[in-house]
Amino acid sequence: MTAPPGPPSRPHEFLSAQVRWHPLEIAFWLATLLPFYFFPSYLSLASQIAIAALFALSLDLILGYAGIVSLGHAAFFGMGAYTAGLVSKWGWGEPLSLLVIGAAAAGLLGYATSFIIARFRHLALIMLTLGIGLLLLEAANSASWLTGGADGLQGIAIWPIFNTFDYDLWGYTAYTLSLAVLFAVFVATRRLIHSPFGLSLRGIRENAMRMPAIGAPSEQHIRTVYTISAVMAGLAGAMIAVTTSTVSLETLSFERSADVLVMVVLGGAGRLYGGIVGSIIFMVARDQFSGINPQYWLFWIGLLLVLVVMFLPNGILGGLAQLKWFRRSRP
Amino acid sequence: MGPFVAVMFDGFAYGMLLFLISVGLSVTLGMMNFVNLAHGAFAMLGAYVTVTLMNGYGWTFLATLPFAFVVAGLASVAFEQTLFRPLYRASDLDQVLLTIGLVFMAVAAVAYVFGTESQPIHIPDYLRGFVTVGTANFAVYRIFLVAVALVVSVLLIVGLEYTRFGAQIRAAVDNQRMARGLGIDVDRVFAYTFALGSGLAGLGGALAIEVVGLDHSFALIYLIVMLIIVSVGGLGSISGSFVAAIVIGISDTAGKYYFPYLGAFLIYLVMIAVLMWRPAGLFGRR
Repeated sequence: MTAPPGPPSRPHEFLSAQVRWHPLEIAFWLATLLPFYFFPSYLSLASQIAIAALFALSLDLILGYAGIVSLGHAAFFGMGAYTAGLVSKWGWGEPLSLLVIGAAAAGLLGYATSFIIARFRHLALIMLTLGIGLLLLEAANSASWLTGGADGLQGIAIWPIFNTFDYDLWGYTAYTLSLAVLFAVFVATRRLIHSPFGLSLRGIRENAMRMPAIGAPSEQHIRTVYTISAVMAGLAGAMIAVTTSTVSLETLSFERSADVLVMVVLGGAGRLYGGIVGSIIFMVARDQFSGINPQYWLFWIGLLLVLVVMFLPNGILGGLAQLKWFRRSRP
Repeated sequence: MGPFVAVMFDGFAYGMLLFLISVGLSVTLGMMNFVNLAHGAFAMLGAYVTVTLMNGYGWTFLATLPFAFVVAGLASVAFEQTLFRPLYRASDLDQVLLTIGLVFMAVAAVAYVFGTESQPIHIPDYLRGFVTVGTANFAVYRIFLVAVALVVSVLLIVGLEYTRFGAQIRAAVDNQRMARGLGIDVDRVFAYTFALGSGLAGLGGALAIEVVGLDHSFALIYLIVMLIIVSVGGLGSISGSFVAAIVIGISDTAGKYYFPYLGAFLIYLVMIAVLMWRPAGLFGRR
């Protein structure tokens, strides 16, 4: 009779045990290469999914780890998309630097608004994120001399990557770029949430009042993670601008904020892969149902939300983890 | 001077409408801390009850209003008892997700049944036209709106201040645990309050058709305005909702009249400014 391995006794042992890559994770990332060989006609969808997954990862960082409910996360996505689009319109179309510029602009906005976000909880916080998102949408809509208003941004010209890889109709380049960026950001995020900083974020989510008492300044940590999340969302927005050469008001809309929330919750908030799994299911389902009227698509999204809240409170991945635990706990 | 008075009055009347729609949300949020985004769906239900009775069965406008109130109130209790009750102790996120899921379903269901075009109604002749005082024109319908809203507000305040049920509501909003300890059946009080609030939203929705029009996206568009009023006014405060509704109604109407290029900018700015200054809202205590 062997005793089950107890929880590691020392904090850094606990952290390094978490950091180790699970074989399933490696299998998952290898599987992301499959579309190149098996579904070449779906590569542009795969690229959209990778961008949506990046956006979902950024929301999961503040929602799942720091407990900040945001209904206006599209503000940063749109900020990144419009910045990248505008810079390319003004004559600089180098894609990789556009990604950095878009992410930086969204990060600045995130840093500025983080001072507001960090002071509030509950309904006021939800309303402020929603209000800031709507404010930016209205601003982009009325500043049509700059953004093209409801017609979208015209005249975006993106140069080939390294002056070699141009954007083909099938989306080989787009998916390669999206996947590479997603993987790089994922590895960085994975490192971040398993760091002591990531642990203190989870502490803030559980009780923001007690964390300062053990030496973790809540407000400062929230500001930092909110800015990081904004950078990631801006990067996802800039990816849209670079890979599709189109930027419209839709990138800032409430629908986009709501969609990304649905993806994270569907997959499971507070689990690294939750947003990614959620975005794959969400985007594939939307692609399959794209023939039906978008009004009716809304009905299924609503039903999905109700069912997830009632029966799968931790999302699909949470449900799977529970199932595994249930199996293991039986003799 | 004439246009200014007229714009102020229009804004005031619009604010009264917003007050009717959102006061129930404020009280139920203050009592149970339940973020009920589906409140707008009950307002939309009331509006479609009125449209159906008028255009399908030939009822007069005034006769449909009580039905808008009753149907929205009853429907809300059915949802409260089945779906919302298990979530009172759940996180904000779960409450937001479930109720916005219901809004999405309501919007899609209405689009399926009624189509996506805007629904016209014909209000009776005696509610049309204008009353001219000096150089200012006042729409009769808006005077009617203000009168209805003022009557409802007086009834609400009198009911809350001077009846036994009102005292129970106030006790439950102030301190739910203490109220339970004193033997008040908070769940029952809450169910009645919820029905009353949603009924008022239904009434407000029916009255709103003539002013803002009605289509399937009503629940989503006015949901945001409602939440702004509730968070600006302060949770659980009727007078707070009243003041906030007037502030938002006038800033929105005046903003659209004097600064049309700003669009809806102004009310979002007002909300963010108020919340920055007083996170619990103008009249909120928490």
